[in-house]
Amino acid sequence: MQMAVLPLSEQMILTLAALILFTSFLLLAQTRIVTLIHTFAWQGVLLFLATVLVAIVSGRHHLLISAALTLVLKVFFIPWQLRRLVIRLDIRRDVETVGSASLIMIGAGALVLFSYYVALPIRELSLHSTRNMIAISLAVILIGMLMIITRRKAVAQVVGFMSMENGLLFAAVVATYGMPMVVELGVAFDVLVAAILFGIFFFQIRSGIGSLNVDHLNRLNEVD
Amino acid sequence: MNGWALAVIQAGLLAFGAPFLSGWVKWVKCKLQCRQGPPPWQPYRDLSKLFQKEILLSDQASPVFRMAPYLVFSVTALAGSVMPTIAVGLPTSAIADVIVLVGFFALARFFLALAGMDVGTAFGGMGSSREMMVSSLAEPAMLMAVFTLAMTVSSTNLASMIVNLLVGPVQLYPSFIFAGMGLLLVTVAETGRIPVDNPATHLELTMIHEAMILEYTGRHLALMEWAAMLKLMIYGVLIANLFIPWGVAIALTPMTLAVGLAAITGKLLLLGVVLAVAETGLAKMRLFRAPQFLGLAFILCLLGMLSHVILEVR
Repeated sequence: MQMAVLPLSEQMILTLAALILFTSFLLLAQTRIVTLIHTFAWQGVLLFLATVLVAIVSGRHHLLISAALTLVLKVFFIPWQLRRLVIRLDIRRDVETVGSASLIMIGAGALVLFSYYVALPIRELSLHSTRNMIAISLAVILIGMLMIITRRKAVAQVVGFMSMENGLLFAAVVATYGMPMVVELGVAFDVLVAAILFGIFFFQIRSGIGSLNVDHLNRLNEVD
Repeated sequence: MNGWALAVIQAGLLAFGAPFLSGWVKWVKCKLQCRQGPPPWQPYRDLSKLFQKEILLSDQASPVFRMAPYLVFSVTALAGSVMPTIAVGLPTSAIADVIVLVGFFALARFFLALAGMDVGTAFGGMGSSREMMVSSLAEPAMLMAVFTLAMTVSSTNLASMIVNLLVGPVQLYPSFIFAGMGLLLVTVAETGRIPVDNPATHLELTMIHEAMILEYTGRHLALMEWAAMLKLMIYGVLIANLFIPWGVAIALTPMTLAVGLAAITGKLLLLGVVLAVAETGLAKMRLFRAPQFLGLAFILCLLGMLSHVILEVR
């Protein structure tokens, strides 16, 4: 079962992939809003590093553009935007209680296993050296989705959504060495627009129901 | 014959070096907090003083209470004597299996908890139940970390694990990073260091390990404290030699043995500094946060195993 000896750059990419998965778990467990946003930014940093390394190793230099987009959007702009919103909404000190945290973590572990089995046949087909990481990227997507399901506060759900997008980008990078540039630019601007729209929605939700807890949306209110 | 002599020397060094490691951690911690601090060899003085004092026994104490210190110390010392500390080719390494090591610790802990409950004071029972809670959560995490390492080097014998790592090509294993972090958290919990237990406190509401040995005096107390120091030492050697195996002697020549001794001393002193920095930076957490802390350790070890299966197997 010994790992075949790989060049150092590929060992680095593997380690980065594992760390990206780890930040996904951290996002899932983190209850403080500001730390959550910082963790999301760190995931962006790891994704940026992984993309740059893949670009250098595989010689596809257009990946550097998407890495730069990741750096600008996911590491600086969106966390900055979210942080500013959190400060303006004055929910900086909010601690969200996540019900049955350990159960959710075990669920996340099960999702990783599930995505491993789903990605197994794809791994057999692919010839890229990064094919082992398809399962990891799928797991990041699924854990992001789990985060949207389990969280009650709108900001945390948005972070979950963004981390899902991180997973998609990572999947594109490791499975096919990136999407066509047009698609990538489109997705990037979608995310950008989404971040701004979410900001507006936060204010709308709060002025509508007086809280960012989306459970309140289930209740019917008569507006008189 | 030579090998047996070396094994005895190695076990002795481990046992007699253990108080120094505890004293060293305490000294670094004091320096970090701008306090004078006792010198690192202070634990030796404490132990020798305790060995000279008379033993006071409660008239409620059963033979278990009197037996426990000797049992706990000898089991811990036995666990220490099989650790490949300086060299790996010694005859004792045949039983240096990690699962056996976990078993030794469980045996020692069982008698420690019994002794805590024996006299029937409230604190002893409280300490025992807390210790059992923490260890029942820490043990699965530790075994998970061990299995992760064992899958990479395809052995659970410590000596052959270290040899495999030393002779194999140097590379970055993602699973080792996670298993290492998980094992560090387990070490902190198992040896009663700060976020879980405070070794320097006798405050009733928070103590775990101190509560169990509260009734002990004289020689018995000395053995219990020495066993606790030895446990910290064993965990330190485990982490140092599994994750940074370089320097451990494979060939038994004077030169390699000297290098091995210097390497393990350096690694342990460094680990002590890391522990002291962590203890200075963190506050002790509530007892009921401990499951969360150990849950994190378990998740880390689980991620280590998953990343081994997903990323490292071709």
